[in-house]
Amino acid sequence: MSEVTAIDAGEPRPRKAFFRLPGAGQALNKGLVVMYLGLMVLLPIVAITSKAFENGISGFIDAVTAPQAVAALELTVICSLIVVVINAIMGTMIAWVLVRDKFPGQKIVNSVIDLPFALPTIVASLILLTIYGADSPLGIHLAFTKPAIVVALLFVTLPFVVRAVQPLLLSLDRDMEAAAESLGARKWLIFRRIIFPNLAPGIATGIALAFARALGEFGSLVLVSGNIPFQTEVASVYIRGQIEFDRLASASAVSVVLLAVSLALLFCVTLAQRWGLRHDR
Amino acid sequence: MTGERLTRWGLRYFALAYLALLLIIPLGYMMIETFKDGIQPVLDSITEPDSIAALKLTLLTVVIAVPLNTIFGIACALLLVRSNMRGKSIINALIDMPFAISPIVVGLSLVLVYGQNGWFGQDLAAMGIQVIFSTPGIVLAVIFVSLPFVAREVVPVLQEVGDDQEKAAETLGSGPWNTFWRITLPAIRWGVSYGVVLTTARALGEFGAVSVVSGKISGQTETLPLYVQKQFETFQSVGAYTSSLILAVLALATLLAMNLMRRKENHE
Repeated sequence: MSEVTAIDAGEPRPRKAFFRLPGAGQALNKGLVVMYLGLMVLLPIVAITSKAFENGISGFIDAVTAPQAVAALELTVICSLIVVVINAIMGTMIAWVLVRDKFPGQKIVNSVIDLPFALPTIVASLILLTIYGADSPLGIHLAFTKPAIVVALLFVTLPFVVRAVQPLLLSLDRDMEAAAESLGARKWLIFRRIIFPNLAPGIATGIALAFARALGEFGSLVLVSGNIPFQTEVASVYIRGQIEFDRLASASAVSVVLLAVSLALLFCVTLAQRWGLRHDR
Repeated sequence: MTGERLTRWGLRYFALAYLALLLIIPLGYMMIETFKDGIQPVLDSITEPDSIAALKLTLLTVVIAVPLNTIFGIACALLLVRSNMRGKSIINALIDMPFAISPIVVGLSLVLVYGQNGWFGQDLAAMGIQVIFSTPGIVLAVIFVSLPFVAREVVPVLQEVGDDQEKAAETLGSGPWNTFWRITLPAIRWGVSYGVVLTTARALGEFGAVSVVSGKISGQTETLPLYVQKQFETFQSVGAYTSSLILAVLALATLLAMNLMRRKENHE
């Protein structure tokens, strides 16, 4: 490194001299990144946390334990739990079908999986209302009920588990399965003892990401959930209501609860990924 | 052997039926519903002034937010992979924050910082700058929610290509800026492209965060997703479906772009 600098110093190159100074580019880069993150992400989070505790700890606890807030948080957590359980099963199954099966149109199905990430949430809400609402062409009327919330959340979180499991399934060594089979292991035993343990880190990552997304989801629920307090009002819709009544401290308190749970989940994702790495070795 | 085939078919069609019920049928039915009364009402609602204004505002936020987040994303990825500064794990955690935060919470936090009674609201108002209920607030909301994509796509690519070529360029006397343009950027271009596509898709469709900070003034601070909601709530279903269709087509274009890029990348 120092040798290179010495050569550089010996040959005068006036062009873009600033970037030639060793480390200057990196320092500039570091400053830019830290400033942007601080301004765009950290500042708003600090603002919301300080607002939540504006009236002290007791004010925070009062806001979070208000009956309507508790009902909303409970509903959000229960629906999100149901959603991740279904996602874990269906996501793994879809990943399996996409990797191990072969059928015409498979490539199209594979790219359609990402659609919920690309499609704006309000559009998801509108199309789900159209197909499962009062004028449902299938005769399934879910709008403004709890199942509608679950369906909307299943829609927006579909890709998480599929996309986390797919690469693991692709890189899975099929010799292990063949060996187990030749030793007389049944299909279910092979799945339970060989395939599942290898996919588990992916499933865990997918579940955690899907749960974090489901907890905070808003756009896809706006039109289908009906937003009835104590019945179909999820946490994000409750926060929206509090903002509209100008109860910003109360809105911030519930936000901080959501934030804390999501951060804990992201931490779990990091752990799950480390677990996956350890399994690789 | 028949049992095995039965399991395979069972799995296949169960998974496909689930996808059909959840994704394909709803999306297909929306398209049918949009053109229920023919093409004319659809064309009329596209050319509605408020609809055009909403589309323009949406595109404006994309044009501002995407380049900023792209530059930041590349800079951030370089910092995370190529430097050994302290506090890297903090930056790493902060980048993922927008994925963990509810869009509504993003909107609320912007109101608390830049709103009328927020931290900087008064000072900004004194300078004649209105952030909340105006375009800057919408842009900030969109930047926040679409922040991680480029960095998250570029980090693994940077790790994979390694720094041998960069080191070689350096020993041959190339400066950091030159090395970046000639060596690093070409190596990570597909990662950057994916990131840009994902950022654009998210920026186009963001609803929750924008709905808190926009004020929803028709023709002025209404983005296309907000316009969809307003049209639906005022029982103008053709307008709602048409705008949704525009957004859905943009989403499908995103997927197509991703697929084409992936194919090209695999060819190289």
